Amino acid sequence: MSLKAALIGAPNCGKSTLFNGLTGGKAKTANYAGVTVEAKKGHFTTPKGQEIELYDLPGIYGLTARSSDEKVAINMLEGQMKGVDKPDLVLVVIDAANLRTHLHSALQLRELGIPMMLILNMIDLAERDGIEIDTTILEKELRIPVVTSRATRQGGRENFLNRLDSLIDDGIENAKIAPEHHNLSELQKSARSLAARAIVKEALINKTTRIIDSVALHPIFGPIMLAVVLFLMFQAVFSWATFPVDFLDGAVSSLADFVRAKVGHTIWGELLADGIIAGVGSVIVFLPLIVILFAFILVLEASGYMTRAAFLMDEIMLRAGLNGRAFIPLLSSFACAVPGIMSTRVIEHERDRITTILIAPLMTCSARLPVYTLIIAAFIPNVKVFGFVGLQGLVMFGLYLAGVISAFVVAFILKKTVTQGAPQAFILELPTYKLPNWRDFYVGIIGAATSFLRRAGTVILQVSVILWILAKFPLSATSLRESYAGKIGAFLEPALKPIGFNIEIAIALIPGMAAREVAVGALGTIYSVQGGESNTQGLAHILQNAWSLPTALAFLAWYVFAPQCFATLATIRRETNSAKWAIFAFLYLLGIAYIAAGLTYHISRLIIGN
Amino acid sequence: MFLSDLEKNKVARISNILDGEFSINAKLREVGFAEGDEVEIIAYGPVAKTPICVRLNRTMIALRPNEAKYIEVEL
Ligand SMILES: Nc1nc2c(ncn2[C@@H]2O[C@H](COP(=O)(O)OP(=O)(O)OP(=O)(O)O)[C@@H](O)[C@H]2O)c(=O)[nH]1
Ligand SMILES: [Mg+2]
Repeated sequence: MSLKAALIGAPNCGKSTLFNGLTGGKAKTANYAGVTVEAKKGHFTTPKGQEIELYDLPGIYGLTARSSDEKVAINMLEGQMKGVDKPDLVLVVIDAANLRTHLHSALQLRELGIPMMLILNMIDLAERDGIEIDTTILEKELRIPVVTSRATRQGGRENFLNRLDSLIDDGIENAKIAPEHHNLSELQKSARSLAARAIVKEALINKTTRIIDSVALHPIFGPIMLAVVLFLMFQAVFSWATFPVDFLDGAVSSLADFVRAKVGHTIWGELLADGIIAGVGSVIVFLPLIVILFAFILVLEASGYMTRAAFLMDEIMLRAGLNGRAFIPLLSSFACAVPGIMSTRVIEHERDRITTILIAPLMTCSARLPVYTLIIAAFIPNVKVFGFVGLQGLVMFGLYLAGVISAFVVAFILKKTVTQGAPQAFILELPTYKLPNWRDFYVGIIGAATSFLRRAGTVILQVSVILWILAKFPLSATSLRESYAGKIGAFLEPALKPIGFNIEIAIALIPGMAAREVAVGALGTIYSVQGGESNTQGLAHILQNAWSLPTALAFLAWYVFAPQCFATLATIRRETNSAKWAIFAFLYLLGIAYIAAGLTYHISRLIIGN
Repeated sequence: MFLSDLEKNKVARISNILDGEFSINAKLREVGFAEGDEVEIIAYGPVAKTPICVRLNRTMIALRPNEAKYIEVEL
C-alpha cells in the first residue's frame, strides 16, 4: 500500500527542490520565502520498493495560519484538506545552516503525534561555511530519524531514501511521540539547548553573502544597484533578442513567399500564407525575447536578490499603501501576471493582497514584449543616445517604467478608497545568495517557451484562420471595410477613432482580448490579406507605412494598461473569490488605457504637427 | 533597550519578547527570535532607516522598527 508523506518546513528550506528531485516533478523553486502557494502531489518509490505519495506544501513557520498559503499546509497536517487524509508521515525539512534559529519548529511539529522524520537540508551549504552537526544527538533526543540532505543532487538524497526504507522496515509508528502541547517559548528553550549540543561547530554567515550585501543593502549603493540590475535586464532582453528575432522574422517571410510561389493562387495557399503563416509566424518570431526575459527573471529569483530588492523597496511600497511582501509577486509579474497574482497568497492582510492583485496586471508581462518590440522596431529609430544607450531600449524601459509608476499611483488611490486597511507586519528572511539549480532553471525556461508556443499553436492559429476567413469573405469585397471583419471592426471604430486607432487595430483588439500577443498575430493576418502578393517584408515594415507615428505611440500607451488577457482576469476572479474584483480590474484598466492612448495620440500629434 | 534602538553592528542578546497587537509575539517567535539569541543590526533601509536588516544567530531577517520594538535586548 502506498504511504502518504508531506513535506513541511519553514519557507525556502528546499521542500520543492526535494519534491522535484524525488518525484521528477516540476514544482517551482526559487531562493526566497513563499514560492510554493498550493499543494502539489507526486509519487516515488523507495530503493526497497515502497510506494510513496508525496505532497509538496507551502512553507510554514508555525501552526497558526495567517495567510492563505499557510492555511494549505496546516489544513493538510490537520487532515482538513479536501479529499486527502492526514499524512502517514511528516517529513520536516530544516535549513541545516540555520538549525539554531529553526529547530523549534521540529519540536512543535513533533507534538502533533504524527510519525515524523527530520531532514537537515542544504547540508552542502552549511558545510561550505564550516558548520558541523551531530545528527545522532538530534535523533536520540527527538526520538525520530534525522538525516542530512542535499536536495539538488541525486547523491544528496540517497541518505534520506535509505533511512526512509529502514524506518518503514522498523514500522513508522516508532517515529512519533504522544501528542503534547508546550507553548512556543518553552519549545524554543528546549530547541536552543538541543541545538547548542548538536551543533559541533558554528560559523559566521556565508562570506560571499556578506560581501555582496555590503553593497546590495547599502543605503546609497543598494538602490543604485537595484536600478542598474533592472535597467541592464531590460536593455539586455532587448538588444540580445534583436538578432534572433530578426533572423526568425526573415525566415517566416521567406516561408510565406515560398508558399505563395508554390500554391499561392489557390484559396488554400492564401489561407496558409496570409492567414496562418502571417498570423502565427508574426508571433512565434518573438520566442527568443520571451526566453531571454524568463532566463533573467529565473536567475534573479534563484539568486536570492529578490528579497534584497523587497527590503530596499519596503518603505516606498508602504507609503504607496502596499507591503514589502508585495514586491516579489509584482516583480514576478514581469514574467507573467498569472503566477504573480497567485503568489500574493503570502500576503496576510486581505486588503493589501487585493490591492496587489489589482495592480499586478500593470507590470509589463512577457506577452507585451511582442507588441512593444514590433511597434518600437517599426517606429523608433535605432540610434544611440548619450553615445551608448540604444533609443529603442530606452523607449522599452520607459514603457516598463510607465507601468510601474502607474501601479504605485493606482495602489495609492485604491488604498485610500476601496481597499483601506491597517498596515501589516513585515518580517522577511533574507537567504544566502545561491547559484541557480540548473535543472529547475531548465524546467522553467522550457515551461515558458512551451506555453508561449502552445498559445501560438492553438489560440493564435485559430484566430488567424477565423480572421483570414472574415477578412477574405465575402469574395466580392474589394477592401477590408467591405469584408465581414471590416463590418465587425466598424462597430468598434467610432469608439477607437478618437484615440487614433484605425479599423485594422479595432479588428485586432477583439481576438486580442484572449492574450496580448494575439493582437500581433491578428494584425499579421489582417495586413497580409490586404497586401496579398506584395507582402515580401515583415509586419514591422508593413506597419511603418500603414500607421502614423501618433497612432503607433497611442497603441503602445494602450498596451501599457489594457486588460487584454483573459487568463489574468480569470485568475483575479479565482484568487479573490469574486467576480466583482475581476470586473473592477477590467474596467479600471480599460479606462486608463483609453485615456492614456487618447492623450498620447493627441499630444504627439500636436508636437509632430500632423 | 529594544532591538529598534540598537546601534548598527553592535552585537546584543535578546532578553525578552513583548506582547502586542496582531499576535506579534508569536510571529516573532515563529520566525526564530528567542530569549538568549544573538542579534545585530547589519543594515538599514534607504528611506527613513526602515526596514532594518537583523542578523539573528546565522539568519538574516528584515523587519520594520515597528516590529523590532517588541524585542528587548541587552548588550
Ligand atoms: N545548494 C543547495 N541549494 C538548495 C538545496 N535545496 C534547495 N536549494 C535551493 O534553495 C532554494 C529554495 O528551494 P525551494 O525548494 O524553492 O524551497 P521551498 O522550501 O520549497 O520554499 P517555499 O516554497 O518558499 O516554502 C532554491 O534556490 C534551491 O535551488 C540544497 O540541498 N543545496
Ligand atoms: Mg516550495
